[in-house]
Amino acid sequence: MMFTDFFITIGHRIIACMIFFGGLSNLAAQTVYLTFKPPYKWQRIFEQAKKAGNESFPIVALVALFIGFIFALQTAYFMQRIGSEIYIASLVALTVVRELGPVITALIVAGRVGASNTAELGSMQVTEQIDALETLATNPVKYLVVPRFVALSIMLPVLTLYANIIGILGSYIICVFKLGITSSMYMNVTFEALLYKDLFTGLFKAWIFGMVIALISCYEGFNVEGGAEGVGKATTRSVVFTFIMIIAADCFFTALFYFIFP
Amino acid sequence: MIEIRELSKHFNNHQVLNRLSLNIEKGQTCVIIGRSGCGKSVLLKHIVGLLNPDEGGVLVEGKEVAKLNPLELDQLRSKISMVFQGGALFDSMNVADNVGFSLIEHTHITQKELSERVEESLHLVGLGGIGNLTPAELSGGMKKRVALARAICIRPEIILYDEPTTGVDPITADSINGLIRSLHDKLKVTAVVVTHDMKSAYHVADKIAMMYQGKIIIEGSAEEIQASQDPVVHQFINGLSKGPITESIGNSR
Repeated sequence: MMFTDFFITIGHRIIACMIFFGGLSNLAAQTVYLTFKPPYKWQRIFEQAKKAGNESFPIVALVALFIGFIFALQTAYFMQRIGSEIYIASLVALTVVRELGPVITALIVAGRVGASNTAELGSMQVTEQIDALETLATNPVKYLVVPRFVALSIMLPVLTLYANIIGILGSYIICVFKLGITSSMYMNVTFEALLYKDLFTGLFKAWIFGMVIALISCYEGFNVEGGAEGVGKATTRSVVFTFIMIIAADCFFTALFYFIFP
Repeated sequence: MIEIRELSKHFNNHQVLNRLSLNIEKGQTCVIIGRSGCGKSVLLKHIVGLLNPDEGGVLVEGKEVAKLNPLELDQLRSKISMVFQGGALFDSMNVADNVGFSLIEHTHITQKELSERVEESLHLVGLGGIGNLTPAELSGGMKKRVALARAICIRPEIILYDEPTTGVDPITADSINGLIRSLHDKLKVTAVVVTHDMKSAYHVADKIAMMYQGKIIIEGSAEEIQASQDPVVHQFINGLSKGPITESIGNSR
């Protein structure tokens, strides 16, 4: 009996997974199509960009600064043993620009903006506001998803760029004021280590993460069932799925870029 | 104007609408009564194309709603307004933007014309001058009236009301009933009102249809419904706790 239950549970999980990815793909296709279909509502995109970008900046900046501090100190622990402190600069620059900047920024934005999107759209769903939009001859995907999708896909690379600079600044502060590396030396090593492709691959991943956050958070919001409890569950699910998808996408694109631009 | 033909719909093995048929003439106010959860709102959602039927269909002005493409459906929806049970006002906008939403989104009228239309609609529902308030600042009754103002702002030919008097005090309910009646008289719209409030039904209806077990079991004027000898109708319109409706629920459990 337990053996049968196990397979039934697995079957239900597989079906749920297929429904999720099917629905997400459908929403993604509609969103991309409607993004390029006029009329363009710039005002709503601007409002969402402000919410996703400007309002997320302080927390992204703070976390990036701390990451810079921590990474420099942890690297120094080993580098001092082999007398290569100066390579902390290149190691931090490459890791932050290629990996930590985009991923940490995406995780912060997923927790802050993605959760807010799901809760807002979920509340609209349970109070019939999304049905009301449809009866007012307004496509909910065009009205609600497209501005969030465009705003996040623009603002995530922008925030990542700031996170990169601030993360490197954090490491600079530790190296220059604590480890005694000169400022000019630190900057030279940083810029020597970084190539355009490093910056490009990091920002490309950030662009993908922005779209992933927008689509999953809106999909979960649209599919809320029940009342306040349903909104809470959907918000949790949205954050968890987005985190998993960001890490999975990061893994995929890191591997892809490793082989395309070795 | 609205022709519902053999409409069936089920959710999770539960048959909500079962070959339901009903005709609503142009300019008529038809009230659909029935117990909570009997499928009245589901029926309204089929009329406006929010749900697709399993079988049968809804024809509005001779066009089958479920077979319209998105553009045709939007054109049809520009003639139909729906007043939702909780108002469904957009939280992120003030009252004026809620009321003028369709005009802002789908027309190119000037700001001055927009303000006039919004204020006129709000005056019609007795709420002039509240355009700057947010939905959170309104009482339940005011929300319903603002939703009504939003519905009439586009000058629709059909208005669908989902439980317009549920959850408001008797005085507000009476004023909403008066409003539905006066809008019907002034704007000559076709109205479908879904309710279980019999006082409201008698007040606004040209025709009353009762839904029971997914079907329309009786339709007629308020007088004809009141005179009905059908035990199901009798139990419902008199609000009796004992009778065939509650017995059938007891048996099914």
